[in-house]
Amino acid sequence: MSKNKDLENLKSSYKLGFSVPEDYVFKSRKGLNQKVVEEISYIKNEPTWMRNFRLKSYQTFLKRQLPGWGGNLSEIDFGDIYYYLKPVEKESRNWEDLPPGIRETYDRIGVPEAEKKYLAGVKGQYESEVIYGSLMKSLSDKGVVFLGMDEGLKKYPDLVKEYFGTVVPPADNKFSALNSSVWSGGSFIYVPKGVKINLPLQAYFRINAANMGQFERTLIIADEDSFVHYVEGCSAPTYSTDSLHSAVVEIIVKRGARVRYTTIQNWSTNVYNLVTKRAKVAGDGVMEWVDFNGGSKLTMKYPSVYLMEPGAHGEILSLAFAGSGQHQDAGGKAVHVSPNTTSQIISKSVSLNGGRTSYRGLLQILPGAKGSRSKVVCDALILDSRSRSDTYPTMKIEESDVSVEHEATVSKVGEEQLFYLESRGIPEARAESLIVSGFVEPIVKQLPLEYAVELNRLIELQMEGSVG
Amino acid sequence: MESSTSQKLLVIQGLRAEVAGKEILKGVNLTINPGEVHALMGPNGSGKSTLSNVLSGHPRYRATKGRVVLQGRDILKLSPDERAKLGVFTAFQYPVEVTGVSLFNFLKTAYGSVKGKIDYSQFGKMVKSEAEKLRMSPNFLSRYLNEGFSGGEKKKAEILQMIVLSPKLVIMDETDSGLDIDALRVVSDGVNRARKSFNPGILLITHYFRILKYIRPDFVHVLIDGKIATEGGPQLANKLEESGYGWVRG
Repeated sequence: MSKNKDLENLKSSYKLGFSVPEDYVFKSRKGLNQKVVEEISYIKNEPTWMRNFRLKSYQTFLKRQLPGWGGNLSEIDFGDIYYYLKPVEKESRNWEDLPPGIRETYDRIGVPEAEKKYLAGVKGQYESEVIYGSLMKSLSDKGVVFLGMDEGLKKYPDLVKEYFGTVVPPADNKFSALNSSVWSGGSFIYVPKGVKINLPLQAYFRINAANMGQFERTLIIADEDSFVHYVEGCSAPTYSTDSLHSAVVEIIVKRGARVRYTTIQNWSTNVYNLVTKRAKVAGDGVMEWVDFNGGSKLTMKYPSVYLMEPGAHGEILSLAFAGSGQHQDAGGKAVHVSPNTTSQIISKSVSLNGGRTSYRGLLQILPGAKGSRSKVVCDALILDSRSRSDTYPTMKIEESDVSVEHEATVSKVGEEQLFYLESRGIPEARAESLIVSGFVEPIVKQLPLEYAVELNRLIELQMEGSVG
Repeated sequence: MESSTSQKLLVIQGLRAEVAGKEILKGVNLTINPGEVHALMGPNGSGKSTLSNVLSGHPRYRATKGRVVLQGRDILKLSPDERAKLGVFTAFQYPVEVTGVSLFNFLKTAYGSVKGKIDYSQFGKMVKSEAEKLRMSPNFLSRYLNEGFSGGEKKKAEILQMIVLSPKLVIMDETDSGLDIDALRVVSDGVNRARKSFNPGILLITHYFRILKYIRPDFVHVLIDGKIATEGGPQLANKLEESGYGWVRG
């Protein structure tokens, strides 16, 4: 199959590649300099500490080099990106109050419908700002806070100041520094002690403009013995020029609390997706990352758990799918700081039609973290000889009284499995989708039904695009 | 000769084939009629498994010359699934594992693809009863395809697939390897049930003679260095068992 045909197929199978006309309140000039950073802070009318935080982060961004590992970042033109687009004056509580183009976009994605059926609260971010928000009254009555990050900063300045940038410091990497200087939007969540939120909270991130940079910032604080499941989805139009999505997510899991964070990443294949996500977990707390990467041109994302106190547990389920022109460099990190902490990283990746997946992981057990246990399993399915998968596991085990299991299989069984199924009369396309959905089944079956259905649908769309 | 090929089940004529650029089959001729059992024997590396892979259409095996005609139709250009629909079935030596796809779901999908339609309630009953006859515990049907199956269980699962799909031509690629005597008997009984029920032609590839005591061959062919070196009736197997392949090579 020719490259052009691949691209056409990808485009036709990507159902969210449409765009609507721009009619925005504010659009910054292209490119990044100190003035742009100041302008963003000015428009948002922020406290001085945040303005200074941004400016200092900007200096860090300038100083830091691009990572010399992972995917090819050399083609990102930081001067050719819009860093701040404000689509509407303020966040709406009703979808009807939004401009028709934006409302229709979310309708086509299906967010309002999902909200009615199975969500406890929703945030919709369009370009740089959160433009829609809802939360069940029963939850706000219990003290649950679910706001856009900007609104969170206004209403809970002390709480934000206490935690912002403490889990992912701006200097962590070049892109966390970039996000820290130009961040806009994202979610701010506080779950009070003992409150368990049964239905998920969801945020949906949409890029509409070409050459857009989206830099949302999310902070979740789960107080003792609480539970929240946060789900994020995203998509963008298919353009011939590149866009950049670079988020920072910080999560505080307090004693005995549990946070599950599910990502269904479905960016169009012209989006660089470079995201830093990290959770700090206190005693007997549980952090679960469920990370699906199906879209984007290049994703570099390794959700992390820092197990700070005894009994803390972290789980990372990473699922990556790379088709033509895509590179998914994904995985996870678990850092055992305290004794008797446990972690599990399970990664599954599928590459086809010349796509590339990389598993990149870190398991670190610090001195003194006795009795810690960890299991890392990564498994790659390569469906044809044009596609590629690599594994980069790093283990830093600095304590002897621990239990560590590691299994890595990068297998080209795809071709043998295909032949086996075809030899029983099953046509190629059907055989491919059987193998792929079977391969991811152990992960999908751990998801709530609605997301399992969504994920299977995305995988089927990807497979549709793959059949010439 | 030409006119008679259409009445035959399978006619292989002057077949040459290569894998990874190396010629393995150097002109194989073989004819199988419906209901016949043909044992194909020969030392390691003689090309037995290559023949099986070429017949089933494995993408890495390339036929360079000759014909493979199934009921009058040359199948060499057909994809593996098209061959299966015409009635070709291979019981593989090393069936691959497929995570997340249950044996039952697999059988159902394959059956639907080959037969075109499926009566679900009948199908479920039939599969269960056949699995039982092969002494497979019912939970195998809900397990992932071949995953964690023992060698013997994998072979039984192959025979189950064969019986369910009721093909016209069955290629058994060293199905007997690694089977203990009880499993060998169960598997052979399965094949003999299939013979009674839908009368397939069978190409039985094997290293060993013991399976031929359970599945009696009508013909025995000896493949050496990519060619049929000698062939004959069932008594040829006895001679090979006594004297080995040395005398064939000459």
